[in-house]
Amino acid sequence: MKMLKSENRKNTDVLKISNLNVTFHTYAGDVKALNGVDLSVKKSELLGLVGESGCGKSVTSLSIVGLLPPNAEIISGEVLLDGTNLLTMTKEEMRRTRLQDVAIVFQDPLTYLNPVLTIGSQITEIITVDTKIFLPRLLEHRLHEIAQVQNENGKLDAKLLTEQEQLNSALQASKLGKNEIKRLARKYALFILRSVRLPDPEKVFKAYPFELSGGMRQRAMIAMALVRRPKLLLADEISTALDVTVQAQILQLLKELKREIDTSIILITHDLAVVAEVCDRVAVMYAGDIVEVADVEELFKNPLHPYTRGLLASIPRADALVEQTSIGGSVPNLIYPPSGCRFHPRCPKAFAKCAQAKPNLVEVSPGHIVSCFLYGE
Amino acid sequence: MLAGAIVSATSVILALLSGVIVEPSYWNQQNPNVILCWNNPLIDWHIRNVVNCAGPIYPLGTDIYGRSLLQMIILAIPVDLQIAVEIVASAILIGVLLGGFAGYIGGALDEIILRITDIFLAIPGILLAIVMLVVLGRSIPILTISVLVTWWPFYVRLVRSQVLGEKEKPYVERLRAMGAGGFRILFRHVVPNSIYPVVVQATLDIGAVILTVSALMFIGLTPDPKYPELGNLAKQGIQYLFTAPWLIIFPGLTLLVISIGFNLLGDGIRDIFDPRLRR
Amino acid sequence: MTSDYLLKTDNLFKWFPKRSGIFGRTIDHLKAVDGVSIDIKRGETLGLVGESGCGKTTLGRTILRLTDPSNGSITVDGVDISRLKGRRLKPFRRKMQMVFQDPYASLDPRQNVRSALLEPMLIHHIASSKNEANNLAEELMEKVGLNPDHLARFPHEFSGGQRQRIAIALALAVQPSFIVLDEPTSSLDVSVQSQILALLRNLQKDLGLTYMFISHNLAVIRQMCNRAAVMYLGRVVELAPTERLFTNPKYPYTKALLSSVPIPDPSKRKELHVLQGDVPSPVAVPNACRFRTRCSFATDKCATIAPSMVELEPEHWIECHYDIDFNRTSQVDITRN
Repeated sequence: MKMLKSENRKNTDVLKISNLNVTFHTYAGDVKALNGVDLSVKKSELLGLVGESGCGKSVTSLSIVGLLPPNAEIISGEVLLDGTNLLTMTKEEMRRTRLQDVAIVFQDPLTYLNPVLTIGSQITEIITVDTKIFLPRLLEHRLHEIAQVQNENGKLDAKLLTEQEQLNSALQASKLGKNEIKRLARKYALFILRSVRLPDPEKVFKAYPFELSGGMRQRAMIAMALVRRPKLLLADEISTALDVTVQAQILQLLKELKREIDTSIILITHDLAVVAEVCDRVAVMYAGDIVEVADVEELFKNPLHPYTRGLLASIPRADALVEQTSIGGSVPNLIYPPSGCRFHPRCPKAFAKCAQAKPNLVEVSPGHIVSCFLYGE
Repeated sequence: MLAGAIVSATSVILALLSGVIVEPSYWNQQNPNVILCWNNPLIDWHIRNVVNCAGPIYPLGTDIYGRSLLQMIILAIPVDLQIAVEIVASAILIGVLLGGFAGYIGGALDEIILRITDIFLAIPGILLAIVMLVVLGRSIPILTISVLVTWWPFYVRLVRSQVLGEKEKPYVERLRAMGAGGFRILFRHVVPNSIYPVVVQATLDIGAVILTVSALMFIGLTPDPKYPELGNLAKQGIQYLFTAPWLIIFPGLTLLVISIGFNLLGDGIRDIFDPRLRR
Repeated sequence: MTSDYLLKTDNLFKWFPKRSGIFGRTIDHLKAVDGVSIDIKRGETLGLVGESGCGKTTLGRTILRLTDPSNGSITVDGVDISRLKGRRLKPFRRKMQMVFQDPYASLDPRQNVRSALLEPMLIHHIASSKNEANNLAEELMEKVGLNPDHLARFPHEFSGGQRQRIAIALALAVQPSFIVLDEPTSSLDVSVQSQILALLRNLQKDLGLTYMFISHNLAVIRQMCNRAAVMYLGRVVELAPTERLFTNPKYPYTKALLSSVPIPDPSKRKELHVLQGDVPSPVAVPNACRFRTRCSFATDKCATIAPSMVELEPEHWIECHYDIDFNRTSQVDITRN
């Protein structure tokens, strides 16, 4: 059973971030990490969030999921997930949101997986944490499996028939015994592990994290995220620590998942090539600001912001020998960020206004937004 | 941390100035007229047997030799601190040398040093010190050595584990590629980078060593019953607990305050370096 | 014999013993470098490409004698340095240096830049006076694009890119002819990477340096190297001039590697060639051809006879049975894919 993709793809925004300002209070001073971030993600799309280290892309994702460190302060802004503001939620509400609606996968699966529990127990833990939410899903999945057997064989044997009856009544009553739940959770977990293209789900289920390779661990993490059927999946540099051939496998997986499921994905990376390979739309961040957003072909064909242009011209390519240029200077210190447009000290096209005010996001062509005075106010 | 720093600094300053405040040979005298008396009006002991002293006010009373307890304590603080610093500094030196070589060179040398260290760790410290003092004579140098003998193994282990970690770092490889010799790398680069936990441990240990030394003196292993040392002073107090309680209370309080002070200082130093590394 | 080779390795091995049991018996070996013979020409940049575990970093370290080879030889300027130690090795240390991947850990945090730069000069008696040494230090700072006024600063006061420049300056301080660059830009931001690569290219031109450039990033290898060697599980499996390697790779692993690399151009999106399975452990290297467990063209011959390096075209070598046995066995034409 494939996780069904909605037939009618609405162009609604699953996530809408408005004017998000986040500051970190550190020993050295206040780091103004996010400077009024505006970002939106449509249903079922794969948005790439691209930028170098310190630009705020990880801070953005942690803000969405409510996992900012204690020294972070959200100065202003809202994060709307299907209309509900995540920033004003209580701790309990946020916990349920993380369980059902938003999932995050991190860069280094070895540190984010519990080393003393098997993969299987970590996945089923998610399911059994709040059985009320997952029960219908588990029951439907198992019933679907039984129905498939019925289709193949034409009928069911006695054992499966009784199971089908039991499950149907459990579905009505919304109740099921603990052991039964465990059994169904296991079947569902194996199904999810199969859906992330793990060749031997049984083996992975029983394995400990250190027994798996990097690529398999990453798939296991993705599986743990997908088990919840979230509305939004945040993938924070998930392929950065992997070898290039393993990275290719993970990117291929993302492409296939995109076709199969409804979940919107934000792929956070510093690698523009990865973005070009899998994303529908791209948002470029620099020093806490969103500087450009466009459909992926449009961004690469027609980059507008000087930073985007500089970035594209400086990356080496494996498919052609091209002259590389570089952006002078270095990423600013966010304790004392530049005034106005934060890129102006390094911008070859900067003029007086750039130091005075931060440019708004302007739509230069349909779907293509830039924050730069070269293109309007 | 701040409290610890203040207390430790105060005790060190007091120690340095004690020679100025109190005549250094004060302890070697007897004044039979004013033994075990109290005449400080600020504290009333409510004990029938307390004797009132004639003459000038002794802020903390007198001891069995008729010496002002306050002056004795002021004389005793530098003695204790000096012994403690000697012991800890020597332990650090031995630790750096043995631990540094063991960690950096590894192999057979490492094994040998580790086994020797293990042997000494297995010996109960106080017992060994007692035996040494009884057999070799009760003097300050023997006291220092006997406590040092059971203290150095911790530092060897500490330095060794730090060195083991540091020597894997790229800058060490780079120095080797540059042609730097082992000694240069070990003592000019690795050891200075391994020293922070040692500093923390040493600060904490000053308090612990003072308590150990005082304990040894307290059970009677002192070179001279009149010797100005906090444990020695407290020892007198046991006999006169109900007639002159100040004899045990004030030296004891001083010990408490000094060791807590250094403990807090050590904790504070550790806290400064830890979260810095985190964010 | 030919003096246009700066460095040669001949059947170089580096095996790490795996010990077990209370007596530490050696039960197995981790074959990090398993028989590598390469030549590096004066003035060239040889790239070393491969994924993690292929042995490229160990090869670099072994060549620099940061670790002793288990077997084989390393010849520098005609002299076999593989068994030299101590004082006899020291003059060769001046000839070859290394720049490491992590700019944060390759500098002693408690040493300021001036002291760090003067140290190699002191060890090798490069300057005749303190004054001269200081002048040389200032020159080095300028050469790598840093302000000589910052010599008194400490590593933590510099950014990652600047620290890497310092690391390069430190390598240059002994006036070497050969530098091993081990993933020098992998830990740096994208916009800084191109600056550092440009610096390295300029330095090579100005000072006549020879580089061995180790990287898993194929795009950077293409930008920087004249020739490139692809490593897999401890051996070089393909060696060719860079452009030829990229436009016409002949070894199946190279082809898979190249087609796995994402391209920053959405119009060129393709099905990323997914190489099945995982890299075997360097402790359990497959016999005969080590790539056969993942190779889509493997035959029985690959499991029984170890392939040797064959020069298919001038300067283009692969270690494989096919393409040469074309006439004989012609089962699979690797060039068709």
